[in-house]
Amino acid sequence: MRALLAYVATAVAAAVSFGVSAQDKVLRVVPHSNLNILDPIWTTQYMARNHGYMVYDTLFGTDEKSRVQPQMVDKWSVSPDQRLWSFTLRPGLQFHDGAPVTGEDVIASLARWGKRDAMGQKLMTFVERMDAPAQNQFRIFLREACGFVLEALGKPSSNVPFIMPKRVAETPADKQIEDYVGSGPYIFKRDEFKPGDKAVYLKNAKYQPRKEAPSGTAGGKHVYVERVEWNLALRDAQSQVNALAKGEVDALERPAFESYEQLKAAPGVVLINKDPLGFQYMCRFNHLHPPFNNPKVRQAALAAMPQEPFLRAQVGVKELYRPCASMFTCNTPYGSAKGSEIQSKSSMKKAQELLKASGYDGTPVLIMKPTDLAAIQKLPDVAAQLLRQAGFKVDLQAMDWNSVVSRRAKKEPPSQGGWNIFCTAWVAPDIWNPLSNAAIGGAGEKSWFGWPTDAELEKLRDDFARATEEPKKKALAEAIQARAFEIGTHAPLGEYVNPLATRKGVTGWVIGPGDIYWNVKKNGD
Amino acid sequence: MYSFVLKRLLATIPVLLVVAVLVFSLLRLTPGDPAAIMAGDAANAEQIERIRAGLGLDKPIVVQFSLWLARVARGDLGESFYFRIKVADLIGQRLEPTLALATLTILLAVLVSIPLGVAAAWRFGGWFDRALMGFSVMGFSVPVFVLAYLLIWLVSLKLGWLPVQGYRRLSEGLLPFLQHLILPAITLSVIYIALIARVTRASVLEALGEDYIRTARAKGLPEFHVLVRHALANAAVPIATVIGIGIAILIGGVVVTESVYAIPGLGRLTVDAVLARDFPTIQGVILFFSVVYVLVNLLIDISYVFLDPRIRY
Repeated sequence: MRALLAYVATAVAAAVSFGVSAQDKVLRVVPHSNLNILDPIWTTQYMARNHGYMVYDTLFGTDEKSRVQPQMVDKWSVSPDQRLWSFTLRPGLQFHDGAPVTGEDVIASLARWGKRDAMGQKLMTFVERMDAPAQNQFRIFLREACGFVLEALGKPSSNVPFIMPKRVAETPADKQIEDYVGSGPYIFKRDEFKPGDKAVYLKNAKYQPRKEAPSGTAGGKHVYVERVEWNLALRDAQSQVNALAKGEVDALERPAFESYEQLKAAPGVVLINKDPLGFQYMCRFNHLHPPFNNPKVRQAALAAMPQEPFLRAQVGVKELYRPCASMFTCNTPYGSAKGSEIQSKSSMKKAQELLKASGYDGTPVLIMKPTDLAAIQKLPDVAAQLLRQAGFKVDLQAMDWNSVVSRRAKKEPPSQGGWNIFCTAWVAPDIWNPLSNAAIGGAGEKSWFGWPTDAELEKLRDDFARATEEPKKKALAEAIQARAFEIGTHAPLGEYVNPLATRKGVTGWVIGPGDIYWNVKKNGD
Repeated sequence: MYSFVLKRLLATIPVLLVVAVLVFSLLRLTPGDPAAIMAGDAANAEQIERIRAGLGLDKPIVVQFSLWLARVARGDLGESFYFRIKVADLIGQRLEPTLALATLTILLAVLVSIPLGVAAAWRFGGWFDRALMGFSVMGFSVPVFVLAYLLIWLVSLKLGWLPVQGYRRLSEGLLPFLQHLILPAITLSVIYIALIARVTRASVLEALGEDYIRTARAKGLPEFHVLVRHALANAAVPIATVIGIGIAILIGGVVVTESVYAIPGLGRLTVDAVLARDFPTIQGVILFFSVVYVLVNLLIDISYVFLDPRIRY
């Protein structure tokens, strides 16, 4: 009898410990949105980018100090005239199907990325040709030297130049891929993917991480869990908090600001500011139509829009936001206050004077307000109130986010379905240099929505692209920003961070830009 | 009877056609562009235009409608813009959670509300009747999401009895299936308990005033027998009608419950599809719902024959 009891006790203990250890091998995450497009080159959606980081690897990464570091690349060299870049891949790189990663795969991947991504397109204007002199090598031949080859290849946000097998990368750039084989730290479980329900990634046991410590999207991508599950169904903010508090999920990628105090007080939960550079808000002016086709009116609007009221209304938690005078991300190499005085050192009185002097004729300003996107939905309200105080006539129109993104592509006047202002948020790497920052462009109808036209701004951006010395690049970035403030491309509205909320027993979160899931350990809690 | 069923089934064809035209037209009139969402925030107008062309949205609306209708006539609801899988498969994936939630909700509602309604009618004007009427008002008035949060707080967070969110398929085991579904079903059933209990009470009350009830009592039949076999049986038609209406309304009502409890069902799919302007999915789901409405109504009409022998088709 005693032996039987001992046997039963052992069996129960084994079953329990198996259950616990099996749980410890599954990381259950609630991402910030739904995953529906699986091609991170075809779309700029951040969820597709995050999916890309799970499945694919990159030639270079960007560390938490915004420095580009090699990732798949082992070593590289550049010719004295800076027109020939030669790269050698790390040994042992292979795709999930066992095929080795070759220079041909890299070239095909870069070619496809170069057709979709803004920075990639810019790089391709310099590229004469690319080749693969050996299986583990590739070269980029430039027509003329340019100063952003590594920044482009190590670009941490959409579109990231992920490396795919040649057969996949040869998919036309305007068509989505259908084969999800990568060489990244996780393998996508296509058969378990249910859009709106869950996405599953398995540890890629063959992945060989770099030896360096993980930092941002650079360094060793060590995987300590067997499986990562993205819970795509759990999107109600309060239910997310409840599920984390009860331990049904391990982490919330971007909990709502309204939940911050509740999460801080929840036992077993910690908040980790794993992306200290965070995000930047902005309101964009439409330069095509009155009143914002008049630079003086844009100056008046900039003067009327100090950042603090926007941050207070939208974020609300003092420790999570900071005003930032730069159009590039603050605390990054090109972050600077140059030229920002029109906004950062202004007042409502000055805004009213500027508006009066601008010849503004009372044309209503149509502001689009997305009602279903909590992350930015209060910005238009604040903008409307401040602009009214400055003397603008404002037409605040509520709509869903889809209507905003559809309508902002319309170049017609506001009375015919167009618009004057919309607001949005960017992750730091999207805007931290003059080439990746879509809002700073002066190429007219080829520019990002709002379509500013300014030859001087475009020339400065071209000079920046050609500059190879860092001091010169910094000086040009300052000049670009000063010019952007002068013509009023848009109004930067300050920065914020959105800490990740996780169970106490889940550790190893990598600090740096991006939502990435390597190096994370579940120790039980 | 058979000709009635056949006629009703044939009548669904023009109904579905009208629904198809209305849904298609309304969606095209609604502001919003699926291509813009799919392209992402940093995409430019040119990229969005290319995606629109790829989705066939650059074609004239009449051409788009004809193509879609021709496919539907062949039994093909098309492919989701977003998820890039067949809409029929998408509906199939999401059907089980919604069906399970709706079935359990209606089951709970019927099992609880009819005895309550009969008892309230039996004790008309008493404390139980008044309490039930009070509960009904509350059931109608408290929004589903408020009730959901309260139940989660009490049952899941404080007592720790049930999970906060999620759904487990029946194939994963009956216990986890019920554990994940019982709280959402209770949440959703409250309003139907209130509705069905009120109608049951009113119908049974009316029946209790009839001569045949007095006769049954005069014959010395037990009160339970009088209530169930005579009063409730004669009050069944309006109760069945309201249950049928309840099932139809329920399909729309699951949206909030599925969101709060993170159940990947048809309600959540509809919301996602609408927000993303995933036209084929919205059209497919609404057509599917229309068929369900029509069939539920037909079943209710057929049930009248069995509930009241005087009714003939």
